[in-house]
Amino acid sequence: MSNPVPTLGDTEVEPTDAPGSALREVTGPSALGGGWRRVADLTWIIAITEFKRTYFGTTLGYLWSILRPLSLFAVLLVVFTQVFRLGTAVPHYAVLLLFNIVLMGFFQESTATAVTSIVTQEGIVRKTQFPRLVIPVAVVVTALMNLGLNLIVVFVFLLAFGVTPMATWLLFPFDLFALFVLTTAVSMIVSSLYPRFRDVGIIWSVFSLALFYATPVLYPIEKAPETFQKILMLNPLTPIFELAREWVIDSNAPSLSTIAGGSTLLLLAPAAIFAAICLLGVWLFRREAPRIAEEL
Amino acid sequence: MRDRSAIQSRPVVIEVRDLHKHFRVPERGSGLLGRARHAGGGRELRALRGVSFDVHDGEFFGIVGRNGSGKSTLLKLLASIYRADSGSIRIAGRLAPFIELGVGFNVDLTARENVTLNGVLNGLGRRESARNLDAILDFGELREFVDLKLKNYSSGMLVRLAFATMVHADADIMLVDEVLAVGDAQFGQKCMDVFRARRDAGKTLVLVTHDMATVQTFCDRAMLLHNGDQRYLGDPEEAAVRYYRLNFGKSDEIADEPTAVVVDAWLADERGERTDTLVERTPIDVHLTVEALEDFVRPSVGFDVVGLDRIPVFGFGRTWDDDDPNPVAAGERLVVSATAENPLVPGRYTVDATVARDRGRGATVLRAAPLLQFEVLAAPRTSGRALDDVGMVSVAADLQLSVDSEVA
Repeated sequence: MSNPVPTLGDTEVEPTDAPGSALREVTGPSALGGGWRRVADLTWIIAITEFKRTYFGTTLGYLWSILRPLSLFAVLLVVFTQVFRLGTAVPHYAVLLLFNIVLMGFFQESTATAVTSIVTQEGIVRKTQFPRLVIPVAVVVTALMNLGLNLIVVFVFLLAFGVTPMATWLLFPFDLFALFVLTTAVSMIVSSLYPRFRDVGIIWSVFSLALFYATPVLYPIEKAPETFQKILMLNPLTPIFELAREWVIDSNAPSLSTIAGGSTLLLLAPAAIFAAICLLGVWLFRREAPRIAEEL
Repeated sequence: MRDRSAIQSRPVVIEVRDLHKHFRVPERGSGLLGRARHAGGGRELRALRGVSFDVHDGEFFGIVGRNGSGKSTLLKLLASIYRADSGSIRIAGRLAPFIELGVGFNVDLTARENVTLNGVLNGLGRRESARNLDAILDFGELREFVDLKLKNYSSGMLVRLAFATMVHADADIMLVDEVLAVGDAQFGQKCMDVFRARRDAGKTLVLVTHDMATVQTFCDRAMLLHNGDQRYLGDPEEAAVRYYRLNFGKSDEIADEPTAVVVDAWLADERGERTDTLVERTPIDVHLTVEALEDFVRPSVGFDVVGLDRIPVFGFGRTWDDDDPNPVAAGERLVVSATAENPLVPGRYTVDATVARDRGRGATVLRAAPLLQFEVLAAPRTSGRALDDVGMVSVAADLQLSVDSEVA
């Protein structure tokens, strides 16, 4: 671990400017400074401690994480089945609603916490050697742990409401992975912009709310007007939610190609936007990471 | 005695070449519009201008300078917290920065969790970091509080834990920024002991400070920074003298031709020896030697004793009131020795000096320049003394307590 140290009085003298000694160039902070191993260790430690903090910091602990989506679910269920009578024609509407709320909750919770995350962790950013990427990613990982717990409850409800287990359940983790990647990319974008442009906090909270309605969460996509469906397809969250529905709850739900009306372009559009968001996230974060400590 | 020249022939572990760094100070808030309007504008602050130096393996290297001289920026560049505009930094071995004691501690977590987190922050693996726990707890004398959340720790316990994690970071190179400035005298002593032990163990340390006593005691070499320029590199004693000299003249800039130079400044203990600690109530004995580069007409000298957060506690001084109108000629030295009563409560203080060459004409050569830092240590308590130290000074007081039982 330590480099060879000639003892005092050692006659072997290295020239002071020896280019051959184990000197490594230091290029300053970056998104991944310190290598993957350290990034993974730090992300895990920060995510797990944050997770523990929320659940062991309050009296009811874990119960809150379940109660929050459940109470929102209860309210929306009453509104959409009793007031608007939307749900009656949709198979398993109640569990679909719960499932969607939990998934969307993950996205919203992650991104909303990520916006201010770098500023919140100011002490670490300004005073330690720290790979910047860890901060937003740890936020998403913490939210992912919450999502895991919530999904257990969701699947209990699914079975209780008579959804039969399907082979396509095994595909669901891939869908979840796509959601995780998208959420991380968005978190990287908002968290890297916020230190310089504090307006991002407000803009994002409004945008996030708009996105809640522009994603088939409360309603199944086929209930939306035809043209609106096309617009919804541009939202990369739409295929993620629709695939989750098709694979987990209702295999008869309209497939993506049905929604796209056979248009390949409309099928590729969300994929392209998804990729663009990911690239933007990586590019922006790499650009901002080296100087982010100076902006705080 | 440590052989300073032998260290110079060891391999270089930090190599810095022509380092530049500037900051843009926005003049408005960080709103979208404010930013856009000032996209190319804002005041530019040149924090470092062409700094180059080498630190050798096992060397204790001091970086000194006044506030805003760029020393903390340099440390943050070395620590990969900031990125340089140009120039290069090359480092051999694992480096652990300590910009502040206890950075990254989360008060909602227990000591155990914080120690692991901190270890990983400082480049250890998760297991290695957990393995250090016992040693850290023993060093901080905190074994029984391992599962207590830090928010329930006293501030003293926090400092102990923070310092213990720092000591056990076990990096090849440590970067330390003024950590010595926190904590009480006993803690300061412990810091010194640890540094001494690390030095004996052949570890490398880069220390940023404006306490000249520490630099002179510990460092093998020192670098003096002023307004981002590298003013001196070499002997720590010389660096200290030049540091004092920089405090002459206008506060933002040194005159090209200073009118006087601080040759020496020190605090003496009861035996007349140099010290930076005083036991409570022992007199403050300040010595200052100034070499005049121009004639001093009616010189005056003032000292201010300043507490933490730059709060002045008291001051004393006098003007040359001899009949001789021209007491100090160019090339001569003005020797000042002053003794003041010491009412200070235990803690860290600075002596600021103000020297005027010709008081009547306002020719100030040194204005409120921090000259010395010292620590007042608590004296053993004698009975009949006041209950506690409140405020910044303790004064002799006489209290009579009696009972009046005749009240109706």
